[in-house]
Formats: sequence, C-alpha cells, structure tokens
Amino acid sequence: MAERKRKALPIAAIIATIPLMIESVGVYIFGIGLSVYFSFTNTRVFPSYKFTGFGQYARLWTADIWWTAFKNIWVFGFLSIAANLIFGFLLAVFMDQRIKQEDLLRTIFLYPFAMSLIVTGLVWQWVLDPNYGLDATVHGWGWTSFHFSPLVDARTAIYGLVVAGVWQGAGVTMAILLAGLRGVDAEIWKAARVDGIPMWRTYLFIALPMMRGAVATAVVLQCINVLRVYDLIIAMTGAGPGNATMMPAVYVLQMLTDRQNVAQGMAAATMMLLPVLLTIIGVGVYRLFAGRKAVTA
Amino acid sequence: MSAAVLEAGARPADEPWGPMPKRVSIGRIGLYAFLVISAAFFLVPLYVMIITSLKEMPEVLDSNVLSLPLKPTIQPWIDAWLHACTGGDCSGLHPGFFNSVKITVPAVIVSIGISSLTGYALSFWNYKGANLFFLLLIFGAFVPYQVVIYPLILALRTVHLFSTLAGIIAVHTVFGMPVLVLLFRNFYVGLPIELFKAARVDGAGFWQTFFRIMLPMSLPITVVALILQVTGIWNDFLFGLVFAGRDNWPMTVQLNNIVHTTQGVPNYDINMAATILTAAVPLAIYFISGRWFVRGIAAGAVKG
Repeated sequence: MAERKRKALPIAAIIATIPLMIESVGVYIFGIGLSVYFSFTNTRVFPSYKFTGFGQYARLWTADIWWTAFKNIWVFGFLSIAANLIFGFLLAVFMDQRIKQEDLLRTIFLYPFAMSLIVTGLVWQWVLDPNYGLDATVHGWGWTSFHFSPLVDARTAIYGLVVAGVWQGAGVTMAILLAGLRGVDAEIWKAARVDGIPMWRTYLFIALPMMRGAVATAVVLQCINVLRVYDLIIAMTGAGPGNATMMPAVYVLQMLTDRQNVAQGMAAATMMLLPVLLTIIGVGVYRLFAGRKAVTA
Repeated sequence: MSAAVLEAGARPADEPWGPMPKRVSIGRIGLYAFLVISAAFFLVPLYVMIITSLKEMPEVLDSNVLSLPLKPTIQPWIDAWLHACTGGDCSGLHPGFFNSVKITVPAVIVSIGISSLTGYALSFWNYKGANLFFLLLIFGAFVPYQVVIYPLILALRTVHLFSTLAGIIAVHTVFGMPVLVLLFRNFYVGLPIELFKAARVDGAGFWQTFFRIMLPMSLPITVVALILQVTGIWNDFLFGLVFAGRDNWPMTVQLNNIVHTTQGVPNYDINMAATILTAAVPLAIYFISGRWFVRGIAAGAVKG
C-alpha cells in the first residue's frame, strides 16, 4: 500500500510543498548562513562579502554595551522565568481547587496575553510613573515610605520590566500548567490522601514531576520570549536609563538601524542564535541516545 | 462577557463572589484571597488605562492613577484617533489602524491558505525528504528573529518590496508559517485515514481531496489559526518597524511613536486612549472567542 502510494506520488504534492521548501531552505538555512557570514565581514549598511575574520566578535566582547546586554538577559531571564513559573504554578494549583467563577478568573488572568508587548510596556510605564503612578497614589493614602518606581533608576529598571513581563505572561503559564494538572491521574490524589500526605506536598512532589511535559512547554515558551525580548524594552525604557536595560535583541536592531553597523549586529545575532542551536543539538543527541521516541512535536 | 470583566475590573475586590463554601475554613478564605488579589494585580493596569483615558490632562496631573474621573470625557479618545502627533504629523492613530488592517487581513489569508495546504500535503502525501523541510521549519519557530532580519531586508530590496505593503505581508507570512504548518499538519494527521482512502477510491486527486473533503473539515483548526494569526500580526511591532516603511507603519509602531515623541508634559490621557485603541482589536477577539483563544495559545505554545 505504502509502495503504491509513493508510486502514485503526484507532482501536486511537490508543488504544494514548494513554499515550505523555499522558506525552510531559503530563510532558515541560506538566510541564517548569510547572517553568520556577515558577522565575519565589515558590512556597514550595504553588504560586503569580503571575509575579515573574527574582528567583529572581538569588538563585541570588548563593548561595554554588549556586556550590559549580556548580563541583563541573564538577570531578566532568570527573574522573569522564575517569577512566571512560580506565580503561574500557584495560580494553576489554586484554580484547581474546584472554585466557582473559574472561567471568569481564567479570563482575567489571560487577557494581558492578548495585548501586544508595546501596550503592556506603555501601560506599566504609566502605572509605575514616579510622579503620578503607583508611588504617588500610595503616598496619597498616607503610606509615604512606600517606594516602587523602578523605571527611573538605572539599578532597578530591570525589575520594572520583570513585573510587566510576568503580568503579561503568567496567565499563559497558568493555562498550560492547569491543563497539565488536569491530565494527572485522579487516582494519585486519593492515594495521597489515604497515605496522609499533605495536599501541598502532593502537588509539589507527586503532581509536578508527573506533568513534566506541561512544565517543559511553559519553560521553552518563556525562554524564547526572553531571548526575543524587544518590544517591551522599547516601549517601557527604550533600553535606558542610559543603557541600563539594554538587551541583545535591542543591540542587534540598533546596529542594523541607527548605528549602521550590520556586521557587528550580525555578530551579536549569531551569539543569540548559539544557545538555541546548542539546545536543539543537545535535545537531538539526547533523543538519539534515549531510543528515538516518536517525534510527535 | 466583556462587560462583566470590565465591571469586575473597576472593583475587583469589593464584593464577595463565588458561592459560599459549605464549611468556611481558613484555607478556603486564603485560597480566595490569593485569587482575588491576583485578579486585582491583573486588572489594575486595565482599570488605570481606562480611567486615565477618561480624564482631562489637568485632572490627570491633579489626581492619582487609581482615582475615578470627576468629569468623564471622551475627548482624549477623539484626540488619540484624529489629532495625536508623531513628530510633525498630527493625524492621530487612525492611519495606523487602517495600515494594520491592510497588513493583517491579506497576511492572515495568505499564511493560513499556504499553511493548510502544506500541512495537508505533509500529512497525507508525505514523500521522502518532505519531513526534512518540515524539521527545518520547526527549527525556524525557535530562532531569534534578529538572525534572519538582515538577509530578508536584502532579499526584499532585491525584488523592490522592502518598505512596502506587499513586503511586510510577505514577512508575516514567512514567520507565521512554522507554527501554522505544524498546527494544520497535526490536525490532518488526527483525521481518520479512511476518509482519505475513500476519497482516493472515488477517484479524487490531490487537489480535489483537499478542497472538497479536507478543507471543509478543517474549520475548527482554521478558527484557531485565525485567532493566533490575527492577534499575532496585529500585535507585532518589530517587523512593522523594520519592513513596512513609514507609510505603512502598523498601529503598534504609531502608538509607540505617539507616546514617545511628545514634547513637554506628555498627554497621558491621550496616550492611554491610544493604548486602549491599539489593544482593542485583539482584546475583542479574546473576549469573543473565549476558550478558542486558549486553544490557540496552547497550539502556539506546543511548538516543540
């Protein structure tokens, strides 16, 4: 049957997958290859194909701004992923307690995700405004020692970004983890109760390990969002104050546009690609050795 | 549904809600307290946006972000739509809105059309080697956009589509495809193979099977794809900024320009009205589609 199917392979199927071929080869092999190649040239605005070695990388890793971006992505990534997962997990667990109004709460927790990160950034910039925002409001209530306007201070601006990022994305993590929780075998809860295991321990040590798939999905999603973070920065801090909240994605775009230094930007972009590439290769090798589970994606 | 949410947005914690638990335990109270406080955290920015946009500037500067407007006005909304300035251009946000429509509608149709066809070909007419392209495409879903932006600029310049409407539509199609193809492929793989075989026995070819049988059956997944794409493209900022060109800048780009180019004291009231206007389309889709939206997110999330 399979034999016949292949023999009957129509030209139509190939025609239908032409866009797929063009895109996967053209954009993801040729395009990325070209980007990486440009990082070894002196391209400013228009492409120059003359190979000049690792100079761009040397310049990149001696640039203070890039180091700031590099440190920021780790701080931002660690804080926002940790906060997102903890908050999302707590919300999922609490939503799982047979509460009424679950649909309403789900709607409330998830709606920020429907809005763009530009909108998110602009709203939080206003909420955290030092003169008219949260600070001023709480002071007006009489709590004058209250202080939370992180965006104006170079040392704290990144925490403001974390708050906004968690606000936008925690609902999604909640939705993913709640689906994971609901997929856990119901017998587990009965068995744990019979054994007298407290509820919180059942969640943390029995249910959580059983929903690895959902957790992995949430983590991967968060990692991609952190690596790509651009809109939020532009809307909320413009990478400032100074360059305090510079991020790799912003650095690349600045090199491509204002600074007109494409090769330098491509070197930075290549560094952004590296963790993705290493992870995929790592996962691939792991799967290969772990007995080739079906690639269900 | 949306009205209920907005009302709750104004006063999330005022009245007890949900049914009385049979035994009011400490734990139960703590549970609801946590959920209500969390809901407040999520709702406060929306509340702040709305009330700020209903105040006039003197009142904004005189009150705090949480206080209700004393003299509600919709003037900021009118100004945001028609008169807000970006640099020297004071035509408000409405050109951005229409640009976003002009970008989103064709990009959504083209990307969904191509992706459903590709997903169908991959699931029923899979030939040797096709999956290799498919794996490459999945890899594409994880790649940071910054790595492919410059080659795309070069390619579009070569065909004179850089900074044009057609160019930005093409870019959205390219970046929408990885997730969409995955979505459609997984959907078609889940359909019973007998359906396909029966069509073959009846003499239907590749295209006939697709248009007469598969396409009508894929309505649910198409709705999910539609939600995913419309919100995704509407909310995009980076591609619009780089590829659309000044004349075609989408709403998000114009919004950011309006908010960040004001001189002197920013017009917070107009800024917030503009922000709500930009968020309105995806929010409306979200509140109308409800659970479908969650499915779309789940589908988009299961990239790996």
